[in-house]
Amino acid sequence: MTMPFYVAPEQMMKDRADFARKGIARGRALAALSIGGGILICAENRSSTLRKVSEIYDRIAFAGVGRYNEFDQLRIAGVRHADLKGYTYSREDVDARSLANQYAQVLGQTFTHEMKPMEVEILVAEVSSDPDGDQMFHVLYDGTVNDESGYTVLGGEADSIAEQLGEAYDRGWETGAAVAAAAAALSGQERTLGAADLEVAILARESGRRAFQRIEGDELAGLLE
Amino acid sequence: MTLPLFGAEGDPGPDFAALLRSTGFEPPTPSAPAGDTAIAHATTVVAIRFRQGVVMAGDRRATAGHLIRHRTIEKVFPADRHSGVAIAGAAGPAMEMVRLFQLQLEHYEKVEGKRLSLDGKANQLAMLVRNNLPAAMQGFAVVPLFAGYDTGREAGRLFQYDVTGGRYEEQEYAVGGSGSLHAGTVIKLGYRPDADADEMIDLTVSALFRTAEEDSATGGPDLIRGIYPVVAVIGASGFERVADSEVEARFRDLLADLERRGGDLP
Repeated sequence: MTMPFYVAPEQMMKDRADFARKGIARGRALAALSIGGGILICAENRSSTLRKVSEIYDRIAFAGVGRYNEFDQLRIAGVRHADLKGYTYSREDVDARSLANQYAQVLGQTFTHEMKPMEVEILVAEVSSDPDGDQMFHVLYDGTVNDESGYTVLGGEADSIAEQLGEAYDRGWETGAAVAAAAAALSGQERTLGAADLEVAILARESGRRAFQRIEGDELAGLLE
Repeated sequence: MTLPLFGAEGDPGPDFAALLRSTGFEPPTPSAPAGDTAIAHATTVVAIRFRQGVVMAGDRRATAGHLIRHRTIEKVFPADRHSGVAIAGAAGPAMEMVRLFQLQLEHYEKVEGKRLSLDGKANQLAMLVRNNLPAAMQGFAVVPLFAGYDTGREAGRLFQYDVTGGRYEEQEYAVGGSGSLHAGTVIKLGYRPDADADEMIDLTVSALFRTAEEDSATGGPDLIRGIYPVVAVIGASGFERVADSEVEARFRDLLADLERRGGDLP
């Protein structure tokens, strides 16, 4: 009879966390900022088809970094959750907080019970009519939820990017200034990111029912100039 | 409500109706005929193609048997940005079908990251109508009209359905509901293939007015309460509802015109 090796719980959790962190650090980062016109999400992403930033519901957006297949699965589950909730109750009953908690539950459960934790970090953002009401929930690979205000950065080298962004951040920014600042922070010192390297979307404060709008192509290039 | 996660096998994909089935939210099918129970019915809807799109309109009356159940029901709805749906038939199931259809289109768009084609939307609605067939046999029939602007072809397109889910594309106009016979005749006589939206709005207004004279289940313009049919234009810029004040003005013009002719109504 073979005996399984004893591994201390502390060690096991640490190994899992290191594994997840390594996977996330390999991915490219994204930044989200609450500004005058709404919540701007700017991601470094060379693909124009495999999205990192997406619409969940009328005033709620999703963004993920890390393994694409894992966060995309979470994104779809989020759209389903929101649409089902809006269908059973009403559209105004769908909120980011409860969705973030659902994500935290799934990520936490996977982290402790599955073979492999998810190598993702996600952001659930909800824009309000008043800038003070904007909500941004940053959910980590182990299910930790952070309620962010102002701005937040997810993914590899998040700390240095957040530091640079934080120095410049101004909540009264116009969309153009915010896109330029986010692109500069994501680029770092040695390189410059252009419109083709970025995926940008905004949850527009003043809009119709569906606030999520992508900023792409010529429009994005114009803002970066 | 927990996060709906599926394995590769049971995944409903971008289909919201399948998601409802797999999560147990599917509405039940009536097991017995409506019989003497008076069910509210939505009545007359019309849609006309013009050069750059489609005009849709519906009166505001719902009847249950011989009684007027509602004076202000709406039967014309946006389905998504570039399409609209108008419904006639059992009001409750019809409203539910519209809600499900709107969600179905939006859900697809969000999950897949792109919009359904216009044909895809028309087929989705056909499926919803077909799924309602068992209910239709019990007296809860719903027959919609569907119109949209096809961004690929740069033209308005129009579809009508029968209770079995049969989908028929129309080139000129389509009518539905109790007043369809009269509305259809008025439109047939006034239809011109090269007309613009403005003329076709007038034609729908006139058709609904004439129909209300002949069909007790169709509501005419209610000048006292300020209730007018819902009229919408679907073109390259999307679904746009014509303002009530504008519909009112057109009715007043129509009435003034009739009065000038000495009340000489046929």
